[in-house]
Amino acid sequence: MNVIPAVHAEGLVKTFGDFRAVDGIDLHVDQGEIYGVLGPNGAGKTTTLKMLATLLSIDAGTAEIFGVDVRRDPHRTRQLLGVTGQYASVDENLTAMENLWLFGRLQGVASEKARRTAADLLGQFALEEAADKPISQFSGGMRRRLDLAASLITRPPLIFLDEPTTGLDPRTRGQMWDTIRGLVADGCTVLLTTQYLDEADQLADRIAVIDRGRKVAEGTPDELKTSVGNSTLQLQLTSPGDQDDAASVVRRLLGEEPVLSPESGRMNVALEDADRAADVLIGLREAGIGITSVSVDKPTLDEVFLALTGHDTGADNDELELEAAR
Amino acid sequence: MSTTTAPAPTEAHVPEQRRLTPEDVAARTSPRNSVRETVSQTLTMAWRSTKKMRRNPEQFFDVIIQPLLFTAMFTYIFGGAISGDVKSYLPIIIPGILAQTALTACMAMGTQLREDMDKGVFDRFKSLPIARIAPLAGPAVADVIRYVIAATLTILVGLAMGYRPGGGVGGTVAGWALTIVAAWSLAWIFTWLGTIARSAQAVQGISMMIMFPLSFMSNAFVNESTMPDWLQTFVKVNPVSHVVTAVRDLMNDGHLTADVGWALLGCAVVVAIFAPLSVRSYKRHL
Ligand SMILES: Nc1ncnc2c1ncn2[C@@H]1O[C@H](COP(=O)(O)OP(=O)(O)O)[C@@H](O)[C@H]1O
Ligand SMILES: [Mg+2]
Repeated sequence: MNVIPAVHAEGLVKTFGDFRAVDGIDLHVDQGEIYGVLGPNGAGKTTTLKMLATLLSIDAGTAEIFGVDVRRDPHRTRQLLGVTGQYASVDENLTAMENLWLFGRLQGVASEKARRTAADLLGQFALEEAADKPISQFSGGMRRRLDLAASLITRPPLIFLDEPTTGLDPRTRGQMWDTIRGLVADGCTVLLTTQYLDEADQLADRIAVIDRGRKVAEGTPDELKTSVGNSTLQLQLTSPGDQDDAASVVRRLLGEEPVLSPESGRMNVALEDADRAADVLIGLREAGIGITSVSVDKPTLDEVFLALTGHDTGADNDELELEAAR
Repeated sequence: MSTTTAPAPTEAHVPEQRRLTPEDVAARTSPRNSVRETVSQTLTMAWRSTKKMRRNPEQFFDVIIQPLLFTAMFTYIFGGAISGDVKSYLPIIIPGILAQTALTACMAMGTQLREDMDKGVFDRFKSLPIARIAPLAGPAVADVIRYVIAATLTILVGLAMGYRPGGGVGGTVAGWALTIVAAWSLAWIFTWLGTIARSAQAVQGISMMIMFPLSFMSNAFVNESTMPDWLQTFVKVNPVSHVVTAVRDLMNDGHLTADVGWALLGCAVVVAIFAPLSVRSYKRHL
């Protein structure tokens, strides 16, 4: 059987004035994959997605969606895509139900069928109770879910998700991840962008790391992590209150600052050498600090990003904001 | 470290039969919107606009207050001076106010559209495989409701003040209908402004600058023969004058005069120019 890639793009370029926001990006997404485009704010993720979705003109390079040339045949391209933008793109004046019905009708779904599909989707996204409420009363998570539901009303084979969980609380983010996995189980291909390294890690089969309009690396999450080498010790403390004591044990033994997540009581320690994990564990026991779980893992994608680009994701934001202000 | 090229994914996430072949893609997609699809999309967009109107009733303020206020105000202010008394001024002023009300009612299109286009939902409209004219023509269709209200109220106020149209019911209805057609046609000028201007305020400002000369430098309130020559020249080419004259002919005499033809032709020309221009500049926004 002749299987075509969901997305195939070569040398995509977008310039705003003389600023090259996207500077020669190649992307290849196979059908059935979740493909993550990972990069800090201002890297060019949204711009890339918009070019592929016919929302921005392509300045140079080629792009095909399921073999359809995006530039030559935007109308066909649009029939194969569902786009969920970075900012909610539903109608504030309509209820959730009316929004879904509108988008269904606009795409030629018969009125009754549009209503049924809308009701199904609202159920699937836990929005049934809010079906007839105005969007202005929706929480951020509900808006995001409605936005995604609106992209699914015609069951497009390819979904673009631009930062689907930015601004969501951890619980809602987890629900969104489950939803995205569900889409792929239903036969969709997903191209998503994210600034969150753990999100790409959790969801994506393959990741492209984008920095300043260029692709700096591509591979599976594991490959990217292996490419950096070292490892990370992850600890779950029995009582989150022990974090400060635990941190000082690590400092004393390794001369390193551990990464703490106060609400969950987790602690990550970067290790030069996996053997040193034992030293930390012994040190913690001597200090009387309990641990519920422990693992030695490859590094997180945060560390990968630093290693790949030589700058961290946070510092880059400020720099780009300065550039944008100029 | 530069680029790690991944090996092709080994795991098939999608069952083979769900994968699209080029034939599936061709079967799922059509090369363009048919006329029927375009009409259906436009009507769906019009439905959206009527929902919006119902939830923001202030969109009806201008078309309700203006006919009530302006008709009474202009008639009592100018009536005595221009026609000797209020009653004999009514056949002149009512068609004039109709045209002016139509113009101000349709002016709101540009501002509304510009505000709407800045909202997130327009990003989605752009990403959908819908005809590019549908998001513009839909609101225009829905806006007819507002023109109907404006025209009807103006005529009712006139009747209440003692206006007795010589053209009878037929002539009055024809004048009413022509007003609505003219409003709908002229609205495309403001739609176009909405697609080219940077902000809703800009649209508002430019619209005012167009609206005032068009409505006052016409024969809507005063017979143009009292004006200086250079002004008369403008008044004569002003499409609003033709609409006003045509409405007067229909309502006061019940005659289908050449001016009715000119007014309709003018409307058609405005739509033929500004509808394609609007679609073109809307597309360029992408
Ligand atoms: N319409 C535009 N005009 C000028 N510059 C833009 C425009 N859109 C995006 N940019 C710039 O292009 C760069 C990439 O933007 P974007 O694709 O939105 O990044 P990301 O989605 O990765 O945060 C940024 O520096 C941004 O300021
Ligand atoms: Mg973005």
